[in-house]
Amino acid sequence: MNKRRCSTMEIMAVAAAREIRDREVVFAGTGLPMLATMLAQQTHAPDCVIVFEAGAIDPRMLHLPMSVGDSRTLVGAAQAAGLFEIFNYVLQGGRVDVGFLGGAQIDRYGNINSTGIGPDRQRPAVRLPGSGGSADVAALSRRTVIIAHHQRRRFPLRVDYCTSPGWIDGGATRRAAGIYGGGPAAVVTTMGVIRYREPTKNPYLASYHPGIDAQQVQRETGFELDISEALETQPPSAEELDILRHQIDPERIFLK
Amino acid sequence: MRNKVLKLDEAASWVHSGASISIGGFTSQRHPTALLRELIRQRVKDLTVYYHSAGSDLDLLIGAGCVHRLEGAYLADGVFAPIAPNFRRFVESSRIEFEDYTNAAMMARFAAGAMGLPFLPTRSMLGTDMMPGRQGSSVEPGKTAGRSGCKALEMACPFSGELLALVPAVRSDFCLLHVQQASANGLLRIEGQEFLDVQQALAATTVIATCEELVDEEILRREPERNRIPSFAVHAVVPVPFGAHPHGVHNHYDYDPEHLRRYNTAAKSDAAFAEYLEQFVFGAASHDAYLQAVGGPERLAQLCPCQGVGYNPLLKRSV
Repeated sequence: MNKRRCSTMEIMAVAAAREIRDREVVFAGTGLPMLATMLAQQTHAPDCVIVFEAGAIDPRMLHLPMSVGDSRTLVGAAQAAGLFEIFNYVLQGGRVDVGFLGGAQIDRYGNINSTGIGPDRQRPAVRLPGSGGSADVAALSRRTVIIAHHQRRRFPLRVDYCTSPGWIDGGATRRAAGIYGGGPAAVVTTMGVIRYREPTKNPYLASYHPGIDAQQVQRETGFELDISEALETQPPSAEELDILRHQIDPERIFLK
Repeated sequence: MRNKVLKLDEAASWVHSGASISIGGFTSQRHPTALLRELIRQRVKDLTVYYHSAGSDLDLLIGAGCVHRLEGAYLADGVFAPIAPNFRRFVESSRIEFEDYTNAAMMARFAAGAMGLPFLPTRSMLGTDMMPGRQGSSVEPGKTAGRSGCKALEMACPFSGELLALVPAVRSDFCLLHVQQASANGLLRIEGQEFLDVQQALAATTVIATCEELVDEEILRREPERNRIPSFAVHAVVPVPFGAHPHGVHNHYDYDPEHLRRYNTAAKSDAAFAEYLEQFVFGAASHDAYLQAVGGPERLAQLCPCQGVGYNPLLKRSV
């Protein structure tokens, strides 16, 4: 497959899918995380299990849901539960391996803002939807994968509001805040994939997408990113693209 | 067995201005939207609303000027609205009070209320700007739900020493729900995901349930494992077919993408939203008139499930 023939969204969905291992329990939200998890199920991780915060557990979806409460999340599902079971038993009980997150701002340590932009918390310049389950997933999954649009203003040194804790201030600060497990493993962006070094939790560019170079990624990032070891993101295979386009999102609801 | 069946306008008249409420459902699913439109027609004001993940149900009340204060986690509508438009505009112009929690925290708050406990601990919220004392908290004593005036409290577990966040119980005056089936006596059956309806109902003083179908209680009692909310917790039952439209009801009808797009476009400005309310709420003075205004039987038939799933796989959803 010629790499120019696939979109950024397709590259991201494939990169996100590769973060999932077989037999893992995946907490997925609307949009790209659903595409990624469904793709993983149809390729290298056939026995990974999706849970949705609105209540569906392990569905075999035939059509893409437009929100996590959608009836489409119930087709072939193992269980239809509710928020009480999902948040208490599945998430807080420590049973989620990978949680997907998104947000308007992502900072140096993978903290996420999905509450409001601007210095005045009571009168934000832009009011965002709020945490929903995002902060819960960020704190309680074994690891998280963040999906983000890569622009300098979206990658500030520090978020205006910490909705969902990442590595907080780096080092051991996450643990000191009372958060026992988890933390961001990867940020899959429109330009590449960022990961974090041990034990400082300083970010580094693991890969840049085809058609983009590492310096470009640094220019669009509002904090210092170690780009010394960055490689090109492995492009989607013909099989992965075929599954995404023809089986997972033929209606083109999320794929652009 | 009692007969708790009321008409929509009678049930709505129970909800007084200044009341605290919660609304059942989740983003684009199973909200008592017909009941909310009737609250707007009856000019209910100054509501305090507790919510977890709301959609254009709560956004509708906000845009109609019914809401004074919000405590909850998320207000958006999936693909149709990444940020609920009226919510966004009202917050950005300081027209509404709000306090942010997470879904797990709101779940714990409703569950505490339902269990008769004053608070519950959660592992969530720690390390976020939602915790009081952190930069992002807007806690003002006396304005939050807890009698202590405290939004949430960090505490070391007395047994293990682990840090936890304590969140205060929600006890609301009303819970407004929409379910698939109810008996006249108030026994409720929910199909598909429950969302948080059970905890929200049991955390309320008065529960008003609208339903797709009013059924004989004897029929519901043949499969008790499928019933979710006991009649002693339910005070009014209102049969309202298509009562969640434009939102979906599992096994009954899909959400209406056309109308949700129309809603979310209109809700971006005061002027356009006033027109929306005039056309679909005030101008359509009854639920039947509303259903005609959104396309009548022809449109509603397009939303009905088929092919053995609880939604319509043939529904045109993308623009």
